[in-house]
Amino acid sequence: MKSTLIIVALLLMLGGCKSTGGPTLYQQLDGKAGIERLIDSFINQIARDEKIIHYFEDANITHFRDGFINHLCALTDGPCEYIGDDMVAIHTGMNINETDFNHVVELLINAMNELNINHTVQNKVLAKMAPLRAEIIEI
Amino acid sequence: MSMLKFFLGFIACLLPFSNFAGQGKLLATPGVSQVEGSAGGGLVPWAQLAGYATDDEFAINGFCSRADVSDYTLDVCGAQINLFNRVEFSYAEQHFDVPALNTKIEQSITGAKIRLYGDIVYSQWPQLSLGVQHKSLRDGAVATLVGAEKTSGTDIYLAASKLHLGALAGYNWFWNMTTRYSEANQLGLLGYGGANSRQKLLFEGSTAIFLSRDIAVGIEYRQKSNNLGLGEEDWRDVFVAWMPNKYVSVTAAWLDLGSIAGADDQTGWYLSVTGYW
Repeated sequence: MKSTLIIVALLLMLGGCKSTGGPTLYQQLDGKAGIERLIDSFINQIARDEKIIHYFEDANITHFRDGFINHLCALTDGPCEYIGDDMVAIHTGMNINETDFNHVVELLINAMNELNINHTVQNKVLAKMAPLRAEIIEI
Repeated sequence: MSMLKFFLGFIACLLPFSNFAGQGKLLATPGVSQVEGSAGGGLVPWAQLAGYATDDEFAINGFCSRADVSDYTLDVCGAQINLFNRVEFSYAEQHFDVPALNTKIEQSITGAKIRLYGDIVYSQWPQLSLGVQHKSLRDGAVATLVGAEKTSGTDIYLAASKLHLGALAGYNWFWNMTTRYSEANQLGLLGYGGANSRQKLLFEGSTAIFLSRDIAVGIEYRQKSNNLGLGEEDWRDVFVAWMPNKYVSVTAAWLDLGSIAGADDQTGWYLSVTGYW
């Protein structure tokens, strides 16, 4: 019991070691060029996916690409402010369910794997995006 | 065994519909199958419901596990059904082998778990679930002999789980805490209650780190009460779980189960395989 508590405490302390002053997540993704590569790879994943592509039937892909690049730049502490569309407004009426949302997360992971993005950087990207789910699904 | 056959038969009937069965959760997030049949780690039931079903899917899973410690062997097989990621029903059969006494103790466990709140990945607060495990010994002779009051019992537990993305130097970190009301002696294999019966509210915990999308290593702890006065001790393990896809998971662990029925230092290996449809 005692050893379990000590291990949990150590894990918590490790978690507290946020890199302050280190490279931002934006820099770890290789900045603007890296984020553009990631979004392009992600769009390719979506285009090839029968389950997801229908959500993009009426989408302007250039607009989606620019908006997502801008959004990811802002989310990863890059030199951007998100000026794109409101998340709730975009997704209202799409009725994206939990399964399809998770499938899109899997496509994003595929895209990150394709670009050989480090596992820990991938997780940090997912951590930044996960809180947006409430503004995206089942609306 | 007949109940397990019935349960597996029921699942077989559902298999033709398995095109609709759930694959919607993210890889590895349902956890594996614990020793009493509920979704969890190896020893501890977790707040996750078994299988990959999301809120508009169902999932069916089957598993078998073996724990091989110094003087005993425990074999468990069971199955779970997850309905809309809201309710989990489980059934498991345990075969506890005591070679020294040339005895086998058999127990069946029927479980249900309801998800009260949240999602281990996405919700701000941990996922919270309430579960029951009704356990019944086939033959209570050994339990009665060692001083147990009853040969069946019902555990009730409240579990909280959370996966923190990138929380440990960029690795995903999982934890679970469970509080269990139980009168069971050694899972119930030695019956329920006893002359020494005092503590009924027990703490259980697990924590793990995901080294990759499909491999997690972690530890578990399960508090035990010493109802029989036979020196029952808390259980713990160190585990590695491999979830290569959404159809199978394999878990291996090193167990430290302390003293069981007077035989000290029961350490050994655990292996468990779960299949998901």
